[in-house]
Amino acid sequence: MSDFHPNAKGGFIENTLEGLHFAIERALYAEVSASRTGLLQRLDPRVKVAGLFAMVVSVALATKLWSIAAIFVLAVALVAVSSVPVRAVASRTWIGAFVFSGAIALPALFLTPGTPLYGLPITLQGVRTGSFLVMRAETAATLMLVLAYTTPWTHILKALRIFRVPVVFVVILGMTCRYILLMLDTAHQMFESRKSRTVNRMSPAENRRLAIASSGVLLHKTLQMSDEVYLAMQARGFHGEVYVLDDFAMQARDWFALAAFAALAAASILVGR
Amino acid sequence: MMLFEVERLTYRYEGVTAVDDLTLAIPEGSRVVLLGANGSGKSTLLRLLDGLIFGQSGSILFRGDDVSEEHMLDDEWALPFRRTVGMVFQNPDVQLFNPTVFDEVAFGPLQLRWPKDQIRERVDEILERLRISHLKNRIPQRLSGGEKKRVALASVLVLDPAVLLLDEPTAALDPRSQSEVIDLMVEWGGGSKSVITATHDLGDLEDIADRCYVLDSGRLVAEGTPAEILADTALLRRTNLIHAHRHQRGEEVHTHPRR
Repeated sequence: MSDFHPNAKGGFIENTLEGLHFAIERALYAEVSASRTGLLQRLDPRVKVAGLFAMVVSVALATKLWSIAAIFVLAVALVAVSSVPVRAVASRTWIGAFVFSGAIALPALFLTPGTPLYGLPITLQGVRTGSFLVMRAETAATLMLVLAYTTPWTHILKALRIFRVPVVFVVILGMTCRYILLMLDTAHQMFESRKSRTVNRMSPAENRRLAIASSGVLLHKTLQMSDEVYLAMQARGFHGEVYVLDDFAMQARDWFALAAFAALAAASILVGR
Repeated sequence: MMLFEVERLTYRYEGVTAVDDLTLAIPEGSRVVLLGANGSGKSTLLRLLDGLIFGQSGSILFRGDDVSEEHMLDDEWALPFRRTVGMVFQNPDVQLFNPTVFDEVAFGPLQLRWPKDQIRERVDEILERLRISHLKNRIPQRLSGGEKKRVALASVLVLDPAVLLLDEPTAALDPRSQSEVIDLMVEWGGGSKSVITATHDLGDLEDIADRCYVLDSGRLVAEGTPAEILADTALLRRTNLIHAHRHQRGEEVHTHPRR
């Protein structure tokens, strides 16, 4: 997979096209990564779903920053031993999670009552609260990315059904994934067609008009296409249940991994209290 | 025995009447073409026949049973129906939503709960037959238009349906792929299967159909053998299936009907 980022040198259409191409590559990359040979790829999907969800819950319940940091380090180690490039995780998850959770946490630095820090208008308690939020978001996002990059999407859905997650929820999850890919693909085609009819750079006002008009058309087109996809699924017998060709069979390593995940999650909750 | 009996069927959406008081019957084991220009209602009729959408009035009977929403929600009725009737959509992209070509072709048999060994064997067989075995581990979204169409066909043919509904099966294919798809439709099931094709292409009509139904604005305007329909130039012109084509060679202008 090409690991480039959209640059800002081209015009609006070129940048949008490049960004869409990058997003499609990224969406398809998870399936490629899930078929690689790594430690987590060899585990039963049920173990990964249950184990990594348990770790996320332990992160949410932990009240000590160092215990969240320890799970974060463990998540990074899992990334490294599962043939998933750490750089890709950093660029796709950590920056995004930091920016979003940081934006939410920012007011807490100023508004939380407590001891002022180095004479600045922020408090020690505020920094602590903000750090918790950012660390929890980073760790949970990394754990879920590990799951997505080491497990085929259909296996995750089937595992969720095995854990009695309602069929409506699983269908919505599955359709959302397909919807995102369709939307990216449709947007890519729309902007390619626009590019073929654009000679000069457009003014910022024209760019804004194009962006607004495109988003409306894109939504309509994608919904229409999404309906068609659902009909095509129904035509081949789909009625909500998830079936996969591979049989899930627990082996010794899966039981060991499950025990390890459970022990780590429990330890994190107990020690971090 | 009749395979499908459509009785005074009407289907409207967003203020458009796509199928208008339509009545027709399709016999078991026949090869039928639904002929019509764009917007004539032929794709909508295929979806109605496949129980994917339901008309506001009228009825469709499949081997004497009502193709109704209630029936389609009942697994005992819907599963045998889905095992019997397969549909290939006009746009292959809507049929390709699995991570690999192999998974895509295996999707239908999995939904219909075939034994897994049989699925693996059958998927390999159909990929081989359509000469796309080399694509089995590829991501469907990354294939060329012709390859996507073949995968979409394989994903339905793998089910070996007794009834095949095809929506513009040769649309957007290069001439060689078009001819291969036509050959496949002609050979499919050795003549024992029912094939219902929606198309506006008159080129291969005599190869793929025993009977034609001509649709215009959702209404049935004519029916007959391919030879009868092709001989009725006025009908074809009226339903926008042919048009007057002009050539200019130097000073001379020459006009003739064109499909």
